[in-house]
Amino acid sequence: MAIDFTLNGKRQSVDVPANMPLLWVLRDTIGLTGTKFGCGIGQCGACTVHIDGQATKSCQTNASAAAGKRITTIEGLSSDRTHPVQRAWIEIDVPQCGYCQSGQIMAAAALIAQTPKPTDADIDTAMQGNICRCSTYRAMRAAIHRAAELTANGGRS
Amino acid sequence: MSVVIVNRRQFLTTSAAAAGGLLVGFTLPGRTAVAAIAQGSASSLPLNAFVHIGTDDLVTLIIHKSEMGQGTVTSLSMLIAEELECRWESIRNEFAPVEPAYGVIGVYGSNSIRTSWQPLRLAGATAREMLVSAAAERWGVDRSLCHAENGTVVNRSSGARLTYGALAEAAAKLPVPATPALKSPSAFKLIGSSPKRLDTPAKVDGSATFGIDVRLPGMLYAVVARSPVFGGKLSSVDATKAKAIPGVKQVLQVSTGVAVIAENTWSAMEGRRALTLTWDEGPNASASSAGIRELFVKLAAQPGAEAARVGDPAAALASAAKRVDAVYEAPYLAHAPMEPLNCVAHVTASSCEVWVSTQAQTSARDIAARASGVPPVNVKVHTLFLGGGFGRRAQVDYIGEAVEIAKALNVPVKVTWSREDDIRHDLYRPASYVQFSGGLDVEGWPVAITARVVCPSFGFSRGGVDGTAVEGITPNPYQLPNFLVEYQRADAGIPTTYWRSVGYSQNTFFLEAFIDELAAAGGKDPLEVRRRLLAGSPRMLAALNLAASKAGWGSALPAGRARGLSVVNNIGSFTAQVAEVSVDAGVVHVHRVVCAVDCGAVVNPAGVESQIISGIGTGLSAALKDGITIDAGRVVQGNFNNYRVMKMPEAPVIDVHTVPSQSAPGGIGEASTPGIAPAVANAIFAATRKRVRVLPIRLDA
Repeated sequence: MAIDFTLNGKRQSVDVPANMPLLWVLRDTIGLTGTKFGCGIGQCGACTVHIDGQATKSCQTNASAAAGKRITTIEGLSSDRTHPVQRAWIEIDVPQCGYCQSGQIMAAAALIAQTPKPTDADIDTAMQGNICRCSTYRAMRAAIHRAAELTANGGRS
Repeated sequence: MSVVIVNRRQFLTTSAAAAGGLLVGFTLPGRTAVAAIAQGSASSLPLNAFVHIGTDDLVTLIIHKSEMGQGTVTSLSMLIAEELECRWESIRNEFAPVEPAYGVIGVYGSNSIRTSWQPLRLAGATAREMLVSAAAERWGVDRSLCHAENGTVVNRSSGARLTYGALAEAAAKLPVPATPALKSPSAFKLIGSSPKRLDTPAKVDGSATFGIDVRLPGMLYAVVARSPVFGGKLSSVDATKAKAIPGVKQVLQVSTGVAVIAENTWSAMEGRRALTLTWDEGPNASASSAGIRELFVKLAAQPGAEAARVGDPAAALASAAKRVDAVYEAPYLAHAPMEPLNCVAHVTASSCEVWVSTQAQTSARDIAARASGVPPVNVKVHTLFLGGGFGRRAQVDYIGEAVEIAKALNVPVKVTWSREDDIRHDLYRPASYVQFSGGLDVEGWPVAITARVVCPSFGFSRGGVDGTAVEGITPNPYQLPNFLVEYQRADAGIPTTYWRSVGYSQNTFFLEAFIDELAAAGGKDPLEVRRRLLAGSPRMLAALNLAASKAGWGSALPAGRARGLSVVNNIGSFTAQVAEVSVDAGVVHVHRVVCAVDCGAVVNPAGVESQIISGIGTGLSAALKDGITIDAGRVVQGNFNNYRVMKMPEAPVIDVHTVPSQSAPGGIGEASTPGIAPAVANAIFAATRKRVRVLPIRLDA
């Protein structure tokens, strides 16, 4: 079926089966591969994108459910790695293998947008759906605090 | 980092690249010499890596290892750049193709820094000397008046400077210096520092290309239905319904099962779901974890092949003032890297190309050649970033399968494994069962240990002993007057392979927990027992003492918390850990881990720290979460809901300390994985008096 939505600020039309997960629409149909496949059952968070600003597992979202929505992927978070979460990630050198990091960053960005000054507990709650097999968890938590600082300072360090 | 897919031709010792500039090749001792002899040409040792200086001043360093998170791109670049004296900001990287010039490419055993420490610095120094000579010639001054600095050569008599880019073409025409001088460690600017990782920018904006991200014009997508039972064979296939799924193009029988080829991954998965298949499940149809354990118990009742013997263990046990017997067990484990297995392959009548995240490029080339029928020289392996490897990607089964499918098609194909495929069709860290006996003298000090190890083989055998299956029990860093290790090989029908830290991943748990039992039985402090047994291993002892002191061993803790210790000497490094643990209603909380490591000279302190943290995370998941179990010949677990891994709320504080050392670097990627399970288990004993002898750890509430 034909489905229209806004992807990273631009109108996007796709013709895909209604029950095709958004993950595969993004990766295979559209060709945005920054959003990752990790488990297919909503257990790892590697496929996290924003739908109308909410962190959402794209492997658990049917294409039809994306119709008319505003979708942001890692490619659209910023054009130049200047989103505060990306800046903090670079500053702290968070990634190791990096495969889960798109999803982690999208989850963290949604958290900061909703909770500008998250506590450790807020962060744990928001991030516990995202697995990292390299165990960059503590570095990510530090980076989220740093991103909150950068956001509070209006982007100035 | 820009990772360009390259198809470089083999370069000779020095040659100008097509783009113009200086290329330096060099040879590695040891492994590559073996490779050269195997090819019958010991006189022309293969080249392994390059420094390419463009006329645009950009420095391209060719990385002949895989980047799976361990930081090789950054740390190998540091080794070259240290001697090259280039600007860090000018570095670009490419992954090496499989060509004789690079020797055998493979990343396992935490070997990247260890095997590159000398040759990559020499490569940098060789290039630097040639650039300095080129500048001296241009200026018409003695080269002793010139030196390299930050991407330029400086003429100290005139103060003039020339950039590397301006010198590259002239330098490429000069003879290669035979013995370029290496810096003394006191002159290091980069080595020992922690520059930003070169791969971070691409990993925060989605542009880093992993194997699974490769897209080629006209590419199709495939998934494979494989036998649910190890070794089973396909009996019948009805693909009628699968072919009716929108997007499904073809259903193909292949040697591993049935491939469904489609326009996208989702359609291929839907097509596979619609297949009607029957399997001849073969001899493993009734295999079960309970049955495998019965086999282990039976084998443990018989003497095994002798792997180590010191003194007279039987007599020492018989005359011991106190004897302790215990049985330890560990399960099969899957690797479960975040990026499920995948491979893109394209086969034509005369060529074969694969795009893959692999730890074993040369093996990948070889299996692709066999599966395609294309001569190895016409096979190209493109290395992409790895979304984790942990040893799984040192195997190449998934690459051969993809090439077989591609050969049946006229277009490129991407074969993607689902998470269930990944966990149920892995090659596993073998389960293991160890029967220990220990003897104490009248003062309570250990004087004898015997161990009978029952474990499937990792595939090696010498005199009936698979050294990999016993490593960590023997060798170990202790000096015991009486010591015996026997090995009983158990053939359980489950495929096995390396898993981060290999045999040490279970054997260090067994030995370090049993040492703790002996200390408790003798009424001794586990730290004191280890110190006494480590008197002959000063580096291990120093790491232990550092960890104990940083952890405040013996000092008071909040109520309910306790500490546990472990030591291990693997991959050329010495690692001691102290875990701080509490147990609440049967749930283990690991609050803090103090880890001290002597890994020789430290190239990148931040890299060492992140690998220690990562290795502990791997070990903690295995210790506290799930193992792999078998029922009706099938792997029970299938995804992260029942093969669980540690998440953010459970991640402990990890303090990493290094022992200052001038020794050549040891490995780091697998240094901390073995020791965390015993440190936690020993802390649980200290907190609860409950002895943990089976992994994963399960405590009654």
